Amino acid sequence: MSNPKLILCRCEDVTLEEFREAYQEGFSELESLKRYTGVGTGFCQGKGCMSEAASELAALRGTAPELIRLTTIRPPAEPLTFGQLASLDVPAFQPPPREEP
Amino acid sequence: MIPLSRDQVPATADAVIIGGGINGLTTAYELARLGLKNIVVIEKEYIGSGSTGRCGGGIRQQWTTEENIRLAQESVRMYEGMSAELGYQVFFRQGGYLMVTETENDLPALRSAVELQNRCNVPTEFLQPEECLNIVPDLDISKLKGATFCPKDGTAYPFAVIWGYARACHRLGIKIFIRSQVTGITTDEGSIKSVSTSRGVISTPLLINCAGPWARSLAAKVGVDLPNKQERHEIMVSESLKPFLDPMVISISNGIYFSQSLRGEIVGGIGDDSEPRLDGPETFDTSSSLRFAIRFAKALLEYYPRASRVRMMRQWGGMYDVTPDHRPILGGVPGLDGYYHICGFSGHGFMLGPVTGRRMAQFITTGRTDEIINNLSLDRFERGDIQTDAFVVG
Repeated sequence: MSNPKLILCRCEDVTLEEFREAYQEGFSELESLKRYTGVGTGFCQGKGCMSEAASELAALRGTAPELIRLTTIRPPAEPLTFGQLASLDVPAFQPPPREEP
Repeated sequence: MIPLSRDQVPATADAVIIGGGINGLTTAYELARLGLKNIVVIEKEYIGSGSTGRCGGGIRQQWTTEENIRLAQESVRMYEGMSAELGYQVFFRQGGYLMVTETENDLPALRSAVELQNRCNVPTEFLQPEECLNIVPDLDISKLKGATFCPKDGTAYPFAVIWGYARACHRLGIKIFIRSQVTGITTDEGSIKSVSTSRGVISTPLLINCAGPWARSLAAKVGVDLPNKQERHEIMVSESLKPFLDPMVISISNGIYFSQSLRGEIVGGIGDDSEPRLDGPETFDTSSSLRFAIRFAKALLEYYPRASRVRMMRQWGGMYDVTPDHRPILGGVPGLDGYYHICGFSGHGFMLGPVTGRRMAQFITTGRTDEIINNLSLDRFERGDIQTDAFVVG
């Protein structure tokens, strides 16, 4: 991945160069890089690009890719229309899941 | 803006601000503009990672108390000039706010709100349901009894505001430390003495608590007991669409709010009375529920049935820092010199943050009495001086 004009995020048209520039500006984790560059915020919601982004960030930080914290995975897994959602019954309120310490 | 995440904090500072969101960054910026040097901002994750970066970005002047209207009005004026002042595009769009109701009994309150707003020179109009169609042509008005519209209300992109202020802070020599936690605060004979962080200890006479939902637990470290509770609010974003929706639409009947971002997405949420009021960071929750998605979809399609084929792309959550009267808590506390808090915005921090940052900076540097800061001080709860706004939505 040495050509900076390579497109990292096809949905939002973010190049590797832009991602690296954002890192130089001081955004040093995927959560803030995502928001600043738009990587992973498009139609595929990161399915096509976030692992590459993580690898690239690892290279920039000089660390192992598996140590890069990925962005929060949020529903829906695939886009749903408001019509589809509105056709469902409203579930009862449930207290949020608590992570085990 | 090069937040200095890998460095140790300086040994001394003239001010330490806790929180790198709308309140921390605007306050730091305003203090620096007034000449204060050696300002440090401590942010525990990344700038905007708290409530600011999770909010819907709405900015309105349609409130029901003169104090709220005037504060919001000042803030709107700041938003109007913000991109130019910061030299950074914050994407403030004044598409207006259309507030609708399905209840006949709400109409007198809406009319007097409009009158009060007009007296404050806020150009809100009262509308019949049919008149809403001039503003949102495909709105389903069949359940509506009336509405109000202020064309000068609007939305801005929260992260752009954060980045703009952070860049301006950096230009003014303010040091922003991200991924930095406060581990302790020391005082000496009733004055702030130092702040211990995960990146070292800073001696400082001035500590400003801008920690949003974490403000209460931070205040407790110096023996200040804030009545704030924290509440999850969920929000979602749709796929991008061609521009079709000028205003933010909010319903005081079912609590939905939705607007169209400059990327074309519908951004919106709906309140849920089942959400518990929480009491500390250990219980914070920004998770997403199917219940929210379904409730939002049903409410959205009631007003905008054409959205039935539009896809929801993502939902998330954020915390409101809520006070008993839904008004922020500003100022200091007697007996603790050098401590100030700017918190408790109850879901309206993004819209009021710029003006409260400016007023607090002026108050802190000049000591001159500010009536609004006095009215919003912590001791109002003891005084029993709490007036709640009627229009707390979303």
